[in-house]
This record gives sequence, structure tokens and C-alpha cells, in this order.
Amino acid sequence: MSDLSNLLPILWGGFCTTLAIFGLTLLFSIPLGLLIAVLKMSRYRVVRYPVSFYISVMRGTPLLLQIVAIYFGSYYLSEYTGVEFSFDRFPAVIVAFSINYAAYFAEIFRGGIQSIPRGQYEAAYMLGLTRAQTFYRIILPQVVKRVVPASANEVITLVKDTSLAQVIAVTELFALAKKQQAAYASIYPLFVAGIFYYIANLLLSILFAYVERKLNYYK
Amino acid sequence: MNSVNDSSVEINDVSQNASSSPILVVKHLKKSFGDLHVLKDISFELNAGEVLSIIGPSGSGKSTLLRCLTQLETFEAGNVRVDGKDMVLLGVGECSSGPVKYAPANILREIRLSTGLVFQNFNLFPHLTVLQNLTLAPIRVLGENRDEAREHARSLLKQMGLEGKEKSYPCELSGGQQQRVSIARALALKPKILFFDEPTSALDPELTGEVLKIIKNLAEERMTMVIVTHEMAFARDVANKVLFMDQGIVVEQGTPDFVFNQSQNKRLAVFLDRFSKI
Repeated sequence: MSDLSNLLPILWGGFCTTLAIFGLTLLFSIPLGLLIAVLKMSRYRVVRYPVSFYISVMRGTPLLLQIVAIYFGSYYLSEYTGVEFSFDRFPAVIVAFSINYAAYFAEIFRGGIQSIPRGQYEAAYMLGLTRAQTFYRIILPQVVKRVVPASANEVITLVKDTSLAQVIAVTELFALAKKQQAAYASIYPLFVAGIFYYIANLLLSILFAYVERKLNYYK
Repeated sequence: MNSVNDSSVEINDVSQNASSSPILVVKHLKKSFGDLHVLKDISFELNAGEVLSIIGPSGSGKSTLLRCLTQLETFEAGNVRVDGKDMVLLGVGECSSGPVKYAPANILREIRLSTGLVFQNFNLFPHLTVLQNLTLAPIRVLGENRDEAREHARSLLKQMGLEGKEKSYPCELSGGQQQRVSIARALALKPKILFFDEPTSALDPELTGEVLKIIKNLAEERMTMVIVTHEMAFARDVANKVLFMDQGIVVEQGTPDFVFNQSQNKRLAVFLDRFSKI
């Protein structure tokens, strides 16, 4: 038990880093995902094609690789060009996670936007609403309801994916748990870390079930 | 009819137009989807306070015509004039014959706001309450203040027999009630002309009556309306004028009595005969 009282504060510190990665990624990737979704539906091929390519790369390569590429890539790029520009570890992780999750969110949002019947746009048009008013007052609120279940999946996956940040030695929960595993010569710290992840996701599941219920006031 | 009579009718028409200019003028409207000519040369007029029923078989272009008049579709030639405002930029003469050049966006928007449309499948906003459906555009588009928009919306709901439903969501209402809400929503912008695209086609038969009654009430209040419908008895009873379309042209138009009883047109006779057999 005295093991646990030593272990918990250490893992708690890592968990805070995990939460920071989680929160900042959502903060950036959701608006970015919405923007990419809208661009992917552009009338213009010059907009649509690069966006499709971006999404296919983000979804087609490991996030692990993307983190490494952003961190070391920016380092080599600044060496090569002589421009003083490279990411520290933590910002590199946030950038990699944000652009990766934005691609997934974009596809979810696009599906949601395209599932709204054309009649909704036509009704809004006949009532004289502007395009912006139509999007923000008519389409988006209905999209939110439709994308909650699929987004919940992504959010819960993100909690677990934060452990990938250790690849460039960001000391999040899993990295610290592994260090303790070596110190204790036992996998016990990893189990405790697992409980952290599980409780976080349990709370998120409850939150999403609540949100879905709240949004159920109309069909 | 001989030619002398024909010309006298025309002269008569012109003098009438001078005294009360029609609120809706459609001239030589043409529209095609690729090679398919959906509207071939549509012309008609409607005076304020009158009701026009458009009838015709499926695929005759009725709905496309309505969608052109409400700007949900563009047309290639001709002109539409609503309350004195032209949808297209006119060159020399009364109407353009080639590819049309539409009027500037602000004019089109003005025209759009003076026309309301009731859709076949309602298209209410499902995430908004009945009252919010009615007040959204008056507040956001016309800039009415919240209280006056709500008061107007409540009186419209009363008129539609929907008192006490203002806090309901569309999914909690029957089809007939939803369609009445959508009529109220269109009326909330105080349109000069109200268009109906088969307003009862998506309804269970026992619910059509309540919607038709509302439209009849509006006709009695001298609301200018254009109604595409398959309800023949209703088209005859409610309208001042009936337009029969087939294969993209206006085959016959005139008073209900003329179109339903006196016209000798063969295509119209075949069409009406089919309906009487059902």
C-alpha cells in the first residue's frame, strides 16, 4: 500500500500531461475538422483534391510516425533552410495529434453535413436566411446531434492514443508508468495507469450518454 | 373563334392590365435539364387576391415551374415579374428570348422575400419549436423585435387552429399539423404571393381536409396563391383561374368552369377522365 501512495502522485502528474494533450487536441482538432469538412465539399477541385490527399495521408499512416515526423521533421527543416523554426516536444505532440484527429473529425462532420436533407437548405433560402445564418442556425445544430455518437468514439480513442506521445519522450501517464515499472521491477504500475485511462473513459462515456439524451428532444 | 374576336379580346386584356396590373407575370419561360425540355414556353398572369391552381399529369413540369418562380431553380429564357419587379435584366422589348441574365442579387432577394413557398414535405426545422420556426426569419431577416414577431406568430397559429402547440417540436405533430405550421411559417414573412407545391401529397387522406380548409380560408381573405395540386375538386373550388400543363406547355388556362366543364381540349379531357375514374 505504501507503494501506491508513492506511485499515485507520480502517475497523477503524468495523467495531467495526458489530460493536457487530450484537451488541447480537442480544442484545435474539432474546429479544424469542421473547416476541413467544409473544404472537402468545395465546388472547386483545386480545394477538394489537396484536402482529400491530406485526409488520406493522415488516416493512412500511423499517428506514431506522424508525431516523429512533425518533431524531427521541423528540426531538420530549420537546419536545412536556416530558418529558426522547430517544435519543442510538447507542441510537436499537440500539432501532430490535432492535424491527425482533425482528419477523422472532418470525415465524421462531412457525413453529418451531407446527411441533412436538401429541403432544409431550400426552406432557409425561401425564408431569406443568408448562407451563414443557414449554416449556423439550421444545419450545424442538426449536424451536432447526428455526429455525437461517432465523435464519442474518436474522443475515447484519443484518451488512449495520448500514450503515443512517449515516442518523443513526453512524460505522459504511460511513459511514467513504464519508468515505474522498471523501478519496481513489476507491471503493477502499468495496471494502475490502466485504471486511470479506464476511469477517464468511463466518465466520458457517461458524459456522452448524457449529451445524447439531452439532444433527444427532437427526432 | 374568328380573328376579329381574337384581337378584340387582346385589346380588352390590355385595357384591363392598365387599370390593375397583375402581381405575377410569367412570360415565355423556358427551362431544360440537359436535353430534356421541362418547360417549353410558359406564359400566364395572376392578379392580386386571386388563386391559381396548376394541374396536370406527373412530369408535366408543374413543380419545376413553381421552383423557377420561387428561385429554387433557374430558367434559361423568359421573364418572371413579381409585384412589378423583374427577375431578369430586360434588354430591348418586353422579354428576353436568349439565355437570361438574372437581376442583381438584392433584387432577387427582395422578390424572394415577397414570395412564400409551402413544400410538399413541409421542411420544418426539426430542432426548433413551432414558435421558433415561425419567428426565426422575421427576427433574423426582417429585423422584427422578438416580442412583435412572437405576437404575430401566435396569431398565425391561432388562425391555423394550432393554439397551444407553440412549444411543441415538429416531430410531435401530425402531418396535417406540420403542414399548417409550415403555412404559418411562410405567412410570417407577410408574402405577397404564397406558392404551394402539392401541399397535401405527403399527407394521409384523412389529414388533407384540414390543410385544404386552411388554404380555402386564406383564399377567402384574398391571399394571392399559386397552388400545384392533384386534388381536382379542390383546384376547381378554390381557384379563380386554372392552368392545365402537359409535357412542359400550358395546354389550357381559364376559369375553373371553363377548364373543368367547357374546354374541348383532348389532352385535358383524357387527364380529367383518368381522375374521375379513380
